[in-house]
Amino acid sequence: MSAPVLVSLAQVLLVLLGAPLLVGAMRRLRARMEGRTGGGVLQPWRDLLKLLRKAPLHPQGTGAAFRFAPLLGVACSGVAAAAIPLLSTRTGLGAGADLIAVVALLTLATAALALAGLDTATAFGGMGASREMTITALAEPAVLTAVCALAAKVGSTNLPAIVAATLSHGARPASPANLLAAVALAVVVLAETGRLPVDNPSTHLELTMVHEAMVLEYSGPDLAMVELGAAMRLTVLLGLWSALFAPWGITTTADPARLLLGLAAFAGKTLLLGCLIAAGEVFMAKVRLFRVPELLAGSFLLAVLAVSASFFLA
Amino acid sequence: MLSLLRKIVSVGRVAEPAPPRPEPAAADPAQRIRTLRGSAQVRCVDAGSCNGCEIEIGQAFGPVYDAERYGARIVASPRHADVLLVTGPVTRNMAEPLRRTYQAAAQPRVVVAVGDCAIDCGEFAGAYGVEGAVADVVPVDLAVPGCPPAPDQIVAALRRVTGR
Repeated sequence: MSAPVLVSLAQVLLVLLGAPLLVGAMRRLRARMEGRTGGGVLQPWRDLLKLLRKAPLHPQGTGAAFRFAPLLGVACSGVAAAAIPLLSTRTGLGAGADLIAVVALLTLATAALALAGLDTATAFGGMGASREMTITALAEPAVLTAVCALAAKVGSTNLPAIVAATLSHGARPASPANLLAAVALAVVVLAETGRLPVDNPSTHLELTMVHEAMVLEYSGPDLAMVELGAAMRLTVLLGLWSALFAPWGITTTADPARLLLGLAAFAGKTLLLGCLIAAGEVFMAKVRLFRVPELLAGSFLLAVLAVSASFFLA
Repeated sequence: MLSLLRKIVSVGRVAEPAPPRPEPAAADPAQRIRTLRGSAQVRCVDAGSCNGCEIEIGQAFGPVYDAERYGARIVASPRHADVLLVTGPVTRNMAEPLRRTYQAAAQPRVVVAVGDCAIDCGEFAGAYGVEGAVADVVPVDLAVPGCPPAPDQIVAALRRVTGR
């Protein structure tokens, strides 16, 4: 096997094993800030292993959409982890590691889960699916416009090419276009991973749920896949954001020593971003559903400004 | 926001030190409960209680008793749940929902009857709206007596399930 393929495999394994730990660390930090002790960093892994041991249970009347959505979610995040240059820009997918393709993959997972929510034919499943699709439909234009701003400078939407170009120009992360695109994408990452202020991941109130409402009917091994997929999605999106806007530590070779350094940098950056989100959530309430479009419209506006800045201020 | 940050720093951790681990549930449930080792998702079912037990359950998951550190977590759906915390005497209107909730939880599932009413109908025994105790409707694995039971007893019951 060639070195780039091994790099991609290592990235997939890293995201698969590390994503629940990231979620555990974020929950732990939040618990500590609320005066509690919390379940510990390993708790999400304990939950996942317990769920895998439970008996599978499919609600009456559900079909293929319900059955395959969790696996598709994990698979999409896995392929995205292979494509994004998390450790090294020499990933095994070559020209396939396209920024637009990665965004489309993550949207495919969202759409599959929304279909699964509809498939359960419960009130909350359909409500969650409709809300999730509303948010996705508003977030996608902002992502694609911000992508346009980043790609215009490099002349390619190939992710490794964008990251390599940023790495070779030390000052590029501080350019106006990049800063605007960074804020635009940060808002979208929060919306796409179902964090505050768009969605509350720890809510028990069905009427306010977005992501949770779609997965209310999942149990046992299926639920384990849904939770693993959601954790991997968070890790992948944080990794994508840091690769685009803070690519320090990502190597342009496949040298093992440099890769280890890249791994440490990736773990550090992702943990830092995750802890920032978790700490921010303590101070924040969920915004009303009808104000989410305003938030995402703001993100879209910043993305448009980023595009114009990349053309006029280059 | 700054005042909240100051509050977080000055209050620090309010969770009480963890009491010694209670011995794990023996008897028949052992086999089933062992599957839940380390992690138990909890769904509360109010089958007709006066809400006294709910207040104590809320305390058990609050900052002071902090049941989450032992691996128990409240979830929003019986499909996600391993443990059903059932409170109150089962009223006629709640008997069927309780049965359905039990059926909706994936195997292995554990039912914990919380409070005197859930164990033997307590104050409400023989009332016209009461179907019976929880054990008359669904099989009960663990019972937490008290009216209402103290949060640390609820936490102890949950720790017997998670084994932590």
